[in-house]
Formats: sequence, C-alpha cells, structure tokens
Amino acid sequence: MAEAPVTLNARIIVKRGDEFTLEMSIRVESGKTAALLGPNGAGKSTAVAALAGLLPIDQGRIVLGDEVLDDPDAGVFVPPDERGIGVVFQDYLLFGHLTVAENVAFGLRSKKKERDAVEAKTSAWMERLGLSQLSNSKARDLSGGQAQKVAVARALITDPGLLLLDEPMAALDATTRVEVRRDLADHLSEFAGPRLLITHDPTEAFLLADEIHVIEDGRITQVGSAEDVRLRPRTRYVADLAGSNLLTGTASSGAVTVGTHVLQVGDTAIAGSVLATIHPRAISVHRQHPEGSPRNVWKTTVVRIEHFGDRVRLQTGDPLPLAVEVTPAAVDALGLKGESEIWLSVKATEIGVEPG
Amino acid sequence: MSREKARHGQSRPPIAFVVLAAIAVVFFLLPLIGLLARTPWSDLVSLLASEVVADALVLSAIASFAAVTISTVVGVPLAWVLARVDFRGRALVRGLVLFPLVLPPVVGGAALLFALGRRGVVGEPLYEATGLVLPFSIWGVVIAVTFVSMPFLILTVEGALRNVDVRFEGAAASLGAGGWTVFRRVTLPMIGPSLAAGMVLTWARAIGEFGATVTFAGNLAGETQTLPLAVFVALETNRDTATALSLLMVAISLAVLVLLRDRWLRPR
Repeated sequence: MAEAPVTLNARIIVKRGDEFTLEMSIRVESGKTAALLGPNGAGKSTAVAALAGLLPIDQGRIVLGDEVLDDPDAGVFVPPDERGIGVVFQDYLLFGHLTVAENVAFGLRSKKKERDAVEAKTSAWMERLGLSQLSNSKARDLSGGQAQKVAVARALITDPGLLLLDEPMAALDATTRVEVRRDLADHLSEFAGPRLLITHDPTEAFLLADEIHVIEDGRITQVGSAEDVRLRPRTRYVADLAGSNLLTGTASSGAVTVGTHVLQVGDTAIAGSVLATIHPRAISVHRQHPEGSPRNVWKTTVVRIEHFGDRVRLQTGDPLPLAVEVTPAAVDALGLKGESEIWLSVKATEIGVEPG
Repeated sequence: MSREKARHGQSRPPIAFVVLAAIAVVFFLLPLIGLLARTPWSDLVSLLASEVVADALVLSAIASFAAVTISTVVGVPLAWVLARVDFRGRALVRGLVLFPLVLPPVVGGAALLFALGRRGVVGEPLYEATGLVLPFSIWGVVIAVTFVSMPFLILTVEGALRNVDVRFEGAAASLGAGGWTVFRRVTLPMIGPSLAAGMVLTWARAIGEFGATVTFAGNLAGETQTLPLAVFVALETNRDTATALSLLMVAISLAVLVLLRDRWLRPR
C-alpha cells in the first residue's frame, strides 16, 4: 500500500441529552495505533459513531489527511459512505444473510467496481486472512475468531484512510483471544494509515497500541505510552484500570526473562513469548535484603511516590520498572521517599504468565 | 382439538375457563363442519368449472395480486418513512394508514366513490381530461381491494423496520453503500420474512374483500364480480355453486395459514 501518509485530527463534542457530553481531542498519525481506553459508558462508542459519520458532531472538527469530514461551524458533513473509514464494529455486524465472500466484497460492490476486479481483490484478501475455505459459508455460521477476520477483511478491502476497531476482542472467548490478538496485531501493522482501537481492556490496549488515550466520563484523562499509563497513572481510575504490571518476556523452564531481569515463575511448562502480570499489591517492599525465601528478590530505587486516597503507589526503577502498591502506614514505617533504596520481593506463584 | 395438558409447573386451568374456551373452539369449528357437510363433492369439479366461477376466480386473482404489488411498491416506502423519519404529523399519517382497518368497508367504498367516482372530487377532472372512469370497472376493483388491504402490509413492514438493528445499516454505510444500496442489500433481506408475511396478509385481505368492492366497483358478473361477490350472489340462485366457491376460499385461507404458520401458529 502506497498511499500518502494521513493523520487523523479530531476534536469531537457531542451532547447526548442533558446528562452526557463527550468532549475529546485525538490525533493519530499514519502507521500508528492509538487506543481509546475506558469503561463502558465513557463515550467510546459515541466517538466511533462520530468518526465514522454515523452521528454528526455538535461542535469540533474531524479532519483526516487534508479532508475535513465534519465541521459544524463550517457546515461541512461528509456522510459515512463517502468517508473512506474502515470500521471493525463491536460484535462485528457481519451481514448474516450473505456469504463470507459477499461480506468481504460488500464495500467494493457498493462502489460499483468492475466485477472481475472485485472478485480478484476479494479472493486475495480472503487468502491473506486465511478465509478462502470459508468463502461460501454464511456469515452467521462463523465462530468468533473467524467473524473477526471477516470483519477486518471487509473493512480493509476498500483501502480506507483510517481504521477504527471498536472492541474487536470483546465477542471472543478467552481460549481464542491470544491467537486472535496476535493475528490482529499483524493486520494492524500491515495497515498503512492511522488506526484507532476502542477498548475497555487495558491488556489489549497495552499490547496493540503505541499510544493510549484514557477516556472517563466523556473526557480524556490521560494520554501516553502503555508504560506511562501503567507506571504513572494520573487518576484513581487509571490506577485501578491499569492495575496490574504487564511485562512481555521470554519463558523457559520456570523463568521469564524481561529485558535484563529474570523472574522465577510458578508455571514451569510454558515456553516462548509470554505476557507476565504482577499485581502491584503482590510485591513486598523492604529496606534490607529480606529474610526467608521468596524466589524473586532484587534491589532497586523508588522513582516516584503517589497517594491515591488510602493507597500509595510507588514507581520503582531499574532493572524492572514496576508499579507497587503499599499502605500509607508502610510508607511511614519504612521511611520511603523519592530515590530511597529498597528491596522488592515477589513470590513465584504470584506472577501470572500467559502466552503473549 | 386436544385439551391443553397441564404442563410441568403450570397450574391446573379453572374448569369454567376450559368450558368457555371449548365453546369458543366449537364456535369456530361449526361453520367449517356445516360447509363441508353441505358440499356437493361429486359435482364439485363441474361447479367450479362454470363460467361465472372461472370469471370471478380470474378477476379475484388479478385484483388481489395487483393489490399486493401496489401495496408493496408504495407501502414499503411509506412504512420506511413511518419507521425511520421523525416528522411532524407522523402520528396523523399512521392514523390515516390505520383508518381502512377500522372503517366499515362499505363506507370505504362509498368514500372512494365520492373521491374517484365520475362526479367525484378527483374522478370528475380525471374523466374530463382522459375519459377514464374508475368505478364499476376492473380498475375500481383493484382500487377498492388495495385501499382495504394495504394497511396490513404497511403495519407489518413498519414493525419489522423498527426491529431492525440499525447498526447493520451503519456498517453498510461505512463500507461505502449509499442509502438505496443499504436498503436493498441489508435492510430488505433483514425484513424479508416480515415483508413476505405482510404480502400474504395483504393478499388474503384483498381476496376476501367484499364491502368496498361492491360499493365502489359494483357486482357485474364477468367484470367486477370477485369470488366473495360470486358467493353472495350464488347463495340466492344456486346454493351448490355457493358451497363450491366457499370451499375454494376455505382452501385459499388454509393455504395462507400454512404459509404463515411459523408466525401465527407457534407464537414465540
């Protein structure tokens, strides 16, 4: 794909009744994946509808590349069928009465492309996503993972300028999620334009996005890399949402290597690329090398201390930056402050490991 | 008809209810039995082959299919507008659509006559301009049965359109489909079963229409005499023909029930 790089630049203000107003700005560059991460009811779906042109904005301006898509002040509104925005919808919204091939070809046929060209391009995309075998199946008969692929192919076949993914994993069961997420990451990286992932799942956002925009109650509360959001949460909500420390590493015989650090984990069978999770409250803080035998003990420094009501979040430094949660009493008892030298310990069984 | 068995966890129905319900069932069953008992089975074929019957059958077929066609062509768009467009006076328009359902058909026919008759508000200028006279012609039959039957189509389709998950239409639009393409390739297939049911319902109402037809189009054998009118006339002149015709219409009605069985016979 050799389209000119485009950037999404949107300022979206949508009022829904007297109760709720979505007011957000977002900028996503070509080749980058941004995640809009937030709880249900935060306004994520409204943002999708506004970007896709299914809901006109009340104020603001949506610009993709050099085309203004929505600007109420200037009286500009490009209808959804002329926006060239590919959307992978929540629940996928495949057309159940059509076959897989007809679903994939839907966008091309809507644009009245030549029949042969449509067929060639459709079968190329089906092959690319491993759907060729299913081409004559009815879309309503697909499994969740297959349906997601069809939704992705259906959205990408029209060469959209922007790819929106609205909760693309929510309809999947846990057993297929890992594999589908890997595939999705591949498809995302092959799409040249800006990509916006809408999700309520921090893991998904951390793994798929370059930049995370946290949305709460219609407002963006934090923007940053996965690490920023995880280690330096700005609100209580972000701290809770991004709760666990998520680490990517390589596992072999009960040890996971993350960067230069090696963690002993409970699961000795798992091998290869993994995702390790450590809950901030599962980490103990000491001023001296601890007694007893927790399998993981290392020395580090306190980089930052933040108070969230009855909890204190520490951000620790090299060799393994983590978020650690302790009580205010512990902070006093240990005399913790910025740049304090500390020892951390984690039981091997407290580290969750899954294929990543 | 078998009694409803008291199912697991269901309370036993009160005796009085069972008796009254049985009376209702008998009430529906008796006319059918009477008709079947009086049917001249041996002469059935020759009775149905008579010219009057054949003419009425052809006319009813033409008029009812025309009614379904017209109702679909203009009724589906109206149903769409009622379901999707929020405009002032929508309730009024829906009331207007419902009107033929509650209006006595004879009054409907008379109203059509006042509007479209040779002296009618629209009929007179139409006659002067083109020489076309609508009442007491096959056109009159088509107009009368369409007037009475179209509401069934509109109501069925409007209900279906309201139940369509509009997110699918949004998905189609995001793929570049314009309004008409979205309707044709997504909405229409989704409401397909309801549209079909509405068409069958409309057709059933059209083929049984009596009051508006006789008032607006008259009762001219071979010209405007539809099946129900032929039955009515035959009752006075030739009871066996009337019975045979009635049996024919019972068969048609049964066919409608069979077509709509999933919708009506097994609710939910």
